[in-house]
Amino acid sequence: MNEQSLKDLQQKIGYEYTFDCVQCGYCLPACPTYETMGKETHSPRGRINLVKMAAEDKMDIEELRDPIEKCLGCQACVTACPTNTQYGRILEGAKKVLNDTEKKSVAKKTTEKIVFSKLFPSSSSMDMVGHIMWGYEKTGLQKLARKTKLTNLAPLHLGKFEQVLPSSVSPKERKSRKNYYPAIGKAKFTVAMFTGCIMDSSFFTTNQNMIKLLNYAGANVYIPEEQTCCGALHAHSGEVNQAKELAKLNIEAFEKYNIEYVVNNAGGCGAQLSEYDHLLSEEPEWKAKTHTFVQKSKDISTVLWHLGGLPLLEEKEELVTYQPSCHLTHVQKVTREPKALIETIPGVIFREMKDEQKCCGSAGIYNIVNYDEAMDILDVKMSHMRPTKANTIVTTNPGCLLQMKMGIKREGLEGSVRAMHLVDFLAERLVVNS
Amino acid sequence: MKKKWHKKLDKVIKDNKRILTKSADLLSYGFDGSFGQFKPERVVQPISREEVAEVLKLANKHSIPVYPRGQGTCLSGGPLPVKGGIVLDTCRMTSKLIIDSENLTAVVSPGIITSKIKEAVDKEGYFYPPDPSSAHVSTIGGNIAENSGGPRGLKYGVTGNYVLGLEVVTPEGEIINTGGRTIKNVTGYNLTSLIVGSEGTLGVVTEITLKLIPKPKSRVSLLAVFDDLGDSGRAISGILSSGIMPSAMEIIDKYCINAVENYNPAGYPTDAAAILLIELDGHPKAIEEEIRQIDQMCREIGARDVQSAVEEGEQNKLWEARKLVSPAIAKIKPTKISEDATVPRSKIPEMFERLNEIREKYNIELVVFGHAGDGNLHPNILTDKRDKDEIKRVEMAVSEIFEAAIDLGGTLSGEHGIGTMKAPFMEKELGHIGLDMMKRIKEVWDPNNIMNPEKIFPEKGQSKLVLTE
Ligand SMILES: Cc1cc2nc3c(=O)[nH]c(=O)nc-3n(C[C@H](O)[C@H](O)[C@H](O)COP(=O)(O)OP(=O)(O)OC[C@H]3O[C@@H](n4cnc5c(N)ncnc54)[C@H](O)[C@@H]3O)c2cc1C
Ligand code: SF4
Ligand code: SF4
Repeated sequence: MNEQSLKDLQQKIGYEYTFDCVQCGYCLPACPTYETMGKETHSPRGRINLVKMAAEDKMDIEELRDPIEKCLGCQACVTACPTNTQYGRILEGAKKVLNDTEKKSVAKKTTEKIVFSKLFPSSSSMDMVGHIMWGYEKTGLQKLARKTKLTNLAPLHLGKFEQVLPSSVSPKERKSRKNYYPAIGKAKFTVAMFTGCIMDSSFFTTNQNMIKLLNYAGANVYIPEEQTCCGALHAHSGEVNQAKELAKLNIEAFEKYNIEYVVNNAGGCGAQLSEYDHLLSEEPEWKAKTHTFVQKSKDISTVLWHLGGLPLLEEKEELVTYQPSCHLTHVQKVTREPKALIETIPGVIFREMKDEQKCCGSAGIYNIVNYDEAMDILDVKMSHMRPTKANTIVTTNPGCLLQMKMGIKREGLEGSVRAMHLVDFLAERLVVNS
Repeated sequence: MKKKWHKKLDKVIKDNKRILTKSADLLSYGFDGSFGQFKPERVVQPISREEVAEVLKLANKHSIPVYPRGQGTCLSGGPLPVKGGIVLDTCRMTSKLIIDSENLTAVVSPGIITSKIKEAVDKEGYFYPPDPSSAHVSTIGGNIAENSGGPRGLKYGVTGNYVLGLEVVTPEGEIINTGGRTIKNVTGYNLTSLIVGSEGTLGVVTEITLKLIPKPKSRVSLLAVFDDLGDSGRAISGILSSGIMPSAMEIIDKYCINAVENYNPAGYPTDAAAILLIELDGHPKAIEEEIRQIDQMCREIGARDVQSAVEEGEQNKLWEARKLVSPAIAKIKPTKISEDATVPRSKIPEMFERLNEIREKYNIELVVFGHAGDGNLHPNILTDKRDKDEIKRVEMAVSEIFEAAIDLGGTLSGEHGIGTMKAPFMEKELGHIGLDMMKRIKEVWDPNNIMNPEKIFPEKGQSKLVLTE
């Protein structure tokens, strides 16, 4: 490689960030892929070193692909790192470089184009899994997939995920949703809801429940129609330009409202929203608006906590454990509020599972494209869940929710254990005055 | 190109998933917590002593260098595959963790993470004192090889003081046992002690019998704050000569305090020149009296403040922060040269002065923390590998640190080992004959020089540290 192209590569791949790593290994115990795959190559420290090696032309870029693609992006290593090494930036840089250099087949290109530019940004659809399922049938992707042998590209065990998806909501029910829901009683403040493409397709009911919780807790809720997909999956797949476009659409959609918070209920989307300032950092004219948007973006648990919790909850004994979303824990750094909310529910006995902050293996579309690796990680998770003897696993992200359902199924625990989104769990106990 | 021994290796370890050959995998086992990057030809991940033995037999026959590796947290270059060959990753050897209550011992596999042993032992109501700051990352095998220590070394000693017996695969692929399960054992040469601290140059440890002790009844931590570094040194001597034996006594200078507080605030005072972190354990009545004495003594010497933490949570917070010092100071500048020159306790104040002179003379970022109670200081130099000019000054400073330690009757390493980093200074400490005796032992154990070559012993004519590539 000549000097200039090496410099370009270093710039793009986040070479500078790798110098923050002192190779102390403190991140090793936090990393789920290191635990299940048992190789330094699949540890944070190992991946950072490999990015450095590639950036110094000591290793072929292509060699980086497997270690990077097998990373969950859960960022548990960032939380563990005492020198605050920005692994997220290094990962992002590596993905971008890999995406740019990949010689994709026509089939793969076409598929990605449909998935990223048609499916995800369309507000009428989607969850990354439910989403793909939906699109798989409805957009003709199925036919295309068969024709192009897409199914051979990756072991897409979509059928398995379909079984754990919540039942869908009719378009009529969706359409009947209003644009504004006032607080019950005296309003403490006004918020706008980020519906999320994922949440709004397969988890429509959860979104409706969230409106209800917010109303009862004392917030007026707007649901801006112009909003679109958060762009997380695009960004994580190296499709940075599309992610930027989506970010701008969202910022514009919400700035029209006079609100205290932009509330979301999916850890992954929330993390992406909270990183818009980084995403758009090279566009100074967007700086101010982006900053405001990022400041206002909050997870539902934080907002409910700030509102003083929920007024009246039904008392019933139940053993509960919690699987936090990585993006909520390690990117948004929200760890206290969801548990605090669970613990305020009368009758609930809360039991933390071992290594709770470790990823469950869902991680965006990781469990679809790296099915076997994801299931190994899930098995470890379930081995920590079992000893809690919980009847309910509460989660804060749709991906984690599906993964936990999958885990329950794999362990044959259906009937005795259920998985629920925090919002649905709270809504179930909410005493609604008529 | 596949060499003959590569093919043979495939037969020795049948599960080919545990033989790594891809560039990315090989490079991933080419570094540790210190300096340098190398590329082995193969990485093997054995799970049993038999597999280790077969690998060593093969390597010995073909004269292939073998580099044992735990979690690669070594700070002196111990597991670096400087001559290629095979990296033998012991991390998958985790099958055994047995606690024998009747004999107060534990039998463990080398790949087990030290903190897992501590947890298991604690659950049974016993105590395994050695506590390197890297305990939640490093393997017990690595601890044995480096004879790792930690804050508790003062009262309880280092890893080696708790090893009763070892199972070792010799460089020729034979399996031997040293020591045993008895507390007393004087049969023949003490090979256990020879293997402990041999940094993987005499064989691969495949099983370890550890001595456990009863858990002390209670424990209290004290934080003494000083506005003068010299005062803190005097307080250390004062406490130790008064007959009190703290279970740990750590010193942290102002640079390290600030690094930790910037990273993850623990409530250390950022305007102090140094703090002493003292832990006392034993009978609650005795501790009560000792706290009173230490408090009084520290204040008389010039401590601005002395606080005690009794609650476990508070104590943990103080000590967790101490564990962060080493990585947190790396925020000052990206390249960290971590030393562990050790001096007799009475020489601590003098060593501080020498370090201060070196800091000024070479105009470098030199910070100090360490196990003050046992004289094991960790002068750390923060620099940037890319700044060639500064690196030259750092190289000279490091040499001078070692000279100072040896001058004061100290040693090159209190716990991090020699590896590649300190090999050039060995003759200075041991003398020509002393070093030669060690070499002869190595030659007898490992006639083909396959076990971790180029560690501990300097190359011909090598007498200074070289950090630039
Ligand atoms: C942030 C940080 C803090 C640290 N704090 C301390 C501390 O307080 N006290 C301290 O003493 N050290 C400390 N260390 C150094 C290091 O953690 C220890 O030396 C540790 O024992 C190394 O263990 P490891 O499993 O990582 O071994 P590695 O680094 O992989 O290997 C170390 C040496 O052991 C050999 N080896 C490993 N396993 C075997 C085996 N089974 N048989 C034979 N040889 C083997 C290797 O060849 C090598 O020479 C620290 C390191 C870091 C990064
Ligand atoms: S990423 Fe952080 S925790 Fe992990 S090895 Fe590097 S410095 Fe240590
Ligand atoms: S992001 Fe998660 S999976 Fe990836 S290296 Fe960090 S801890 Fe491991």
